[in-house]
Amino acid sequence: MEAALQTNIQNCYHCGDSCGDEPIVAHEKAFCCDGCKAVYELLEENNLCTYYNLEESPGLTGTKPVSEARFAYLDDPGVEAQLINFRSDKICKLTFYIPQMHCSSCIWLLENLFKLNPGIAETTVNFMRKEVAFTYLHEKTSLREVVELLTRIGYEPAITLADTDGKKTTKKSRALIYKLGIAGFAFGNVMLLAFPDYLDFTQGLHNNFGSFFGYLSIILSIPVFFYSARGFFTSAWEGIRQQMVNIDLPISTGLLALFFVSLFDILSGRGPGYLDSFTGLVFFMLIGKYFQQRTYDTLAFDRDYTSYFPVSITVLKEGGEESSTAVRNLQVGDRIRIRNQELIPADAILLHGRAMIDYSFVSGESEPVEKVVGEVIYAGGRQVGESIELEVVKEVSQGYLTQLWNDTVFSKNEAQYLHTYSNIAGKYFIIVTLLVAAGALIYWVPRDMDIAMKAFTSVLIIACPCALSLATPFVHGHTMRVFGRNKFYLKNTGVVERLAKIDTVVFDKTGTLTEPSEAEVTYTGKALSQAQSQAILSVLRHSTHPLSQRISEAMKGSTAPVIGFQEFTGKGLVGKVNGMLVRVGSATYLGVPADKQNDTLKTTVYVSVDGVVLGYYTFFNVYRDGLNKVLGDLKDKKIAVLSGDNNHEAARLRELLGNEAELNFNQSPVQKLEYIQKLKEQGQHQVLMVGDGLNDAGALKQSDAGIALSNSVTNFSPSCDAILDADSFDKLSTFLNFSKKTMSLILLTFAVSLVYNVVGLTMAVMGLFTPIVSAILMPISTLSVMTFATLSVRYAAKKAGL
Amino acid sequence: MYIIFILISISVLVAAAFLAAFLWAVRSGQYDDDYTPAVRMLFENEVGGAPKNDKIAQKQQ
Repeated sequence: MEAALQTNIQNCYHCGDSCGDEPIVAHEKAFCCDGCKAVYELLEENNLCTYYNLEESPGLTGTKPVSEARFAYLDDPGVEAQLINFRSDKICKLTFYIPQMHCSSCIWLLENLFKLNPGIAETTVNFMRKEVAFTYLHEKTSLREVVELLTRIGYEPAITLADTDGKKTTKKSRALIYKLGIAGFAFGNVMLLAFPDYLDFTQGLHNNFGSFFGYLSIILSIPVFFYSARGFFTSAWEGIRQQMVNIDLPISTGLLALFFVSLFDILSGRGPGYLDSFTGLVFFMLIGKYFQQRTYDTLAFDRDYTSYFPVSITVLKEGGEESSTAVRNLQVGDRIRIRNQELIPADAILLHGRAMIDYSFVSGESEPVEKVVGEVIYAGGRQVGESIELEVVKEVSQGYLTQLWNDTVFSKNEAQYLHTYSNIAGKYFIIVTLLVAAGALIYWVPRDMDIAMKAFTSVLIIACPCALSLATPFVHGHTMRVFGRNKFYLKNTGVVERLAKIDTVVFDKTGTLTEPSEAEVTYTGKALSQAQSQAILSVLRHSTHPLSQRISEAMKGSTAPVIGFQEFTGKGLVGKVNGMLVRVGSATYLGVPADKQNDTLKTTVYVSVDGVVLGYYTFFNVYRDGLNKVLGDLKDKKIAVLSGDNNHEAARLRELLGNEAELNFNQSPVQKLEYIQKLKEQGQHQVLMVGDGLNDAGALKQSDAGIALSNSVTNFSPSCDAILDADSFDKLSTFLNFSKKTMSLILLTFAVSLVYNVVGLTMAVMGLFTPIVSAILMPISTLSVMTFATLSVRYAAKKAGL
Repeated sequence: MYIIFILISISVLVAAAFLAAFLWAVRSGQYDDDYTPAVRMLFENEVGGAPKNDKIAQKQQ
């Protein structure tokens, strides 16, 4: 067994990563690190090895040992109370979000946690939402122990500031499902009761049971009228109050006419009424509503900085002792300690230590930025490396980044997009309906009062644009599915219509137009000899600085031993290789005079050998694959770029984007927001913003449609209307064009539904409209609209290559 | 033919019972997560899971 293990390239039994040259072999299994081995041993000891049988190497990489103090804040009763959903004498219940969850082994292990900690009574996983609901006995264990156990086995829950923002009882509203159930129940039964009326030979039956069937139908329809259909009436009423006509107004008049005409017919014994059509219409339209409401459970579209910031932070007291304090209570002047991988929660000045700040969530820049003592570090960055000490200079909510959320855009509710196709169509519908109904009245009143009333009500009934109201949700619902298959996830179906109207596209630069994980390195200066470049590479290999690593990745070759290597924070490196003294670092470190420095805006690294400056390395962004294609397809739209960076890439961007594009550099998060606002107000533009970091959050929110680009869609992304997987970036223009195409598909679907309305209207004005006509016309029209919408979107998607 | 009154009442009552069952199912959260239960039911019930726990408890003592 041992021999077999050693000859193969080994992968870790726990996490599946390559074990490298020297795997840790224990229990006849190979592990890549002590972390993985420790987790395996813990599970093995507790008979939880089923974990490894369900999926191959299900474990998580990089289970690092956790520092003791890290979760100390969970012992604070205040924090605990905010996180817990329910507490009784014995048990506590709470829900954790665990982003690492990825397979059925994870479900199994998380639901068997009680074997590892007897204090845990029950755990229930919701895999799609990546949530685990815990019930634990607070006498036997504590919140901190539960979290530490999770962290130890690699499933560290994401506990963020947002979790403490009051109770997150944002349970999905089930009202629509109830409504749908009741409408469906009533529809089925009423149709059964109405059916005999449509057949000739049941005449006798009708005489005996007609009124019984009628009354029963009324009883069944009452909950539909008062509960299931209420949404349409309230929406229509809201519209009237705001002096707007929406699609729900003609629907409501149709439903009201149907219901009251039926009541009148049945109670006065004139006929069976239209209650089957009434319940059926409500049922079908609720299906449409359900389609419209659907969204992706797994993705969060409305996160702000609080879902990213930690709950508490280590504060240093005067005597140097550490205590954890809630981030909300952080005050100006507090001294805080930030450890490796911890997030800086407030703008602060660096006091001690070497800060390497990873701003990838904020700006999209993947390289950690080096800061020296005395510099201000903006909130939102993550420290990589040693622990540092800082002094807070601004409160959490007033920081450079976080003050963005004080803008009114974020306090307003979701803007109402009233000028949708269906609402506009609804307006014309009601006008035409009223004209036709009035015409029928004028024609029939002098001739036959009975037919006049009948014609009038029938017109109102048949004009109920139910098929019309289904067209939009079905076309958009299917479009959303097509997009989802191509890794473009919309918040809801309404976004399709907004995407279709876009005439201006604004991009963020770093991380959106550029590939965050790559950069081109070029060398300018005197040619390097073989020995020189080997010496430089050898020195660079010793440094963990990201720029050194970038350059050494780009250089190839062997290395030689380095003597006297030293690294000066914020300056550079020095070392002796084969008798050559190599120095690498900033211009000031090497003493390059300011007037000789080229391209001061670019990131440059100078090299010198034996005191002679040879040249410098510069870094260029690498633009995303397919950017040219996307930009080419967007020629008919106005293009702009908002970058938080300086303008050293201006020339390259200009070349890519053309002369008409507006390029804006050095934009703060708030300026980005204001730029979009200006575009919308002054130019009457429909703006699409494409961004990726927290600093774009304001612009994404302010725009008509905001797309967050993400390398992994379940990762953090700022509040937005859609999340686009970075792999599908090259399809962005296709998505926009397809959205536009769906609008014409909706128009076509409208036309299909109009045919039925015209047939119905003709019969109605002639006074020939009867319950049986309605019972046939209504399902045919709705079903054909649904099928047409589904098939046409599929066909169009195939043609567009999606 | 008057049996129809009874039959229809029964049929509506049965249907109402199903509606009630549906509403109860929605209310109790069965429609909230339509993925995990499908995976969960495939896990083997470990025979003697409880005694193992006891053993661990003894070890710890």
